Amino acid sequence: MAKKIGKYTLRMNNPPSVIAGAAIGSKKEGEGPLSAYFDIINPDSSFGEKTWEKAESRLQKDTINKMLEKAGIASVEVDAVFGGDLLNQCVGTTFGMREIGIPLFGLFSACATFAEAMALAALLVDADTLAQAAIIASSHFCSAERQFRFPLEYGGQRPPSSQWTATAAGAALIGTHVQPPYIKHVTIGIIEDLGVTDANNMGAAMAPSAAATLTHFFSDTGTNADNYDLILSGDLGAVGSELLYQLMERGGYDIRKKHADCGLMIFDRDRQDVHAGASGAGCAAAVFCAYILPSMREGKLKNLLFIPTGALLSPTTVQQGESIPCICHLIHLADSPEPAGV
Amino acid sequence: MPSPTLKNKDYDYMVKKATPNTKSAKNISAAFLVGGAICALGELMGYLYREKVGLPEDIVPTAVSITLVGLSILLTALNVYDNLAKFAGAGTLVPITGFANAMSSAALEFKSEGLVLGVGAKMFIIAGPVIVYGVVASVLYGLVIFALGLY
Repeated sequence: MAKKIGKYTLRMNNPPSVIAGAAIGSKKEGEGPLSAYFDIINPDSSFGEKTWEKAESRLQKDTINKMLEKAGIASVEVDAVFGGDLLNQCVGTTFGMREIGIPLFGLFSACATFAEAMALAALLVDADTLAQAAIIASSHFCSAERQFRFPLEYGGQRPPSSQWTATAAGAALIGTHVQPPYIKHVTIGIIEDLGVTDANNMGAAMAPSAAATLTHFFSDTGTNADNYDLILSGDLGAVGSELLYQLMERGGYDIRKKHADCGLMIFDRDRQDVHAGASGAGCAAAVFCAYILPSMREGKLKNLLFIPTGALLSPTTVQQGESIPCICHLIHLADSPEPAGV
Repeated sequence: MPSPTLKNKDYDYMVKKATPNTKSAKNISAAFLVGGAICALGELMGYLYREKVGLPEDIVPTAVSITLVGLSILLTALNVYDNLAKFAGAGTLVPITGFANAMSSAALEFKSEGLVLGVGAKMFIIAGPVIVYGVVASVLYGLVIFALGLY
């Protein structure tokens, strides 16, 4: 069973493995730099369905099935699935998992949902409560636009700080430790809100939460950026990443050389007109499953801090002028299960 | 908190410095050119309706408006208008074509929720306030004219 170290970090006793992963994207993701790493690129963003909500559910269903196929197991062998998305009442997940027959924990941490799912699955696997658990998160540009912004065909200009919701999903299988990467620590985030009210600048809203969780982890474990190969945020984008560097520098940590952001990896900002980068719960999930997990398997990455952030707003709170509370969950993955050191 | 001394006000300053500004010179020029072109097109239509079709003078403005609205809706449905607007900004927003796009894009988007609660209700989600405050403004304008005894 995991043990709390310091104030916020949970150290796994028997670090669980990320056993398999799968990612699906759509047309724009297929035109991006990570295209070749996706398991499936479906250029039809409706995924053959009649509504965008159904499309997102279909995306989730296809992704979890692809992951199970790659893992070579049947859905009955999975003890639980932890999943979420950005839609009201998490219908992307609940409708997507309607036919899968696996006990479901529906989660919401906005774009940090995948990390929340990974943390919970790892804790329960480490505690021997579950033998293996699936995790999944998705986002869909079209279902997100109609819920959070404007109709697709509405003619408007986006500000340079805005981000483009990825149409993507990632699913992974967490199980008892057998192979790298191993989940060694998780740090569950506290809500941070430094008063940003602009829903078109979510990177700026989320950066303080990433800085807080990362600082908590560093101080709980007595480490710093030099101890890791990569610090991977979810969708801070160009603006949020710069702010994260500045916030970390205030606390005496330099992470510039070790940091990458999934939102800056999935699309080419110069070519694909996505302004400050990508966003969406599916962005971090898909980049992790498509690109990061295989890199860790091949030994190219050995020691990773995965720190997706979520902006916990709703269209109603934005209209009411509220600032945006944000959260960041940290997952520490490494190529060795040895608990000694980090 | 990364640093207990960081106040919202200080962070707001950091955010403003880190956030790129909109490219005003480019956007304003594009809006001027495209908006102007739409108005010029309206003028051309007016000329054609008046001189070539022979419509009476008081009908011409209405005919021009109807044609521009129709064109805007057609371009919205063909997935062209939003791409033009991405470049033109206020140039496609301010003319009557922007209003038509706001109505028709919402109608298209929400048809999946049905004809009544989808298309019927949500069609006004962007353009509705324009109608409400347009009517309010016209009432105030009417009262001013009445008070000045111009009726």
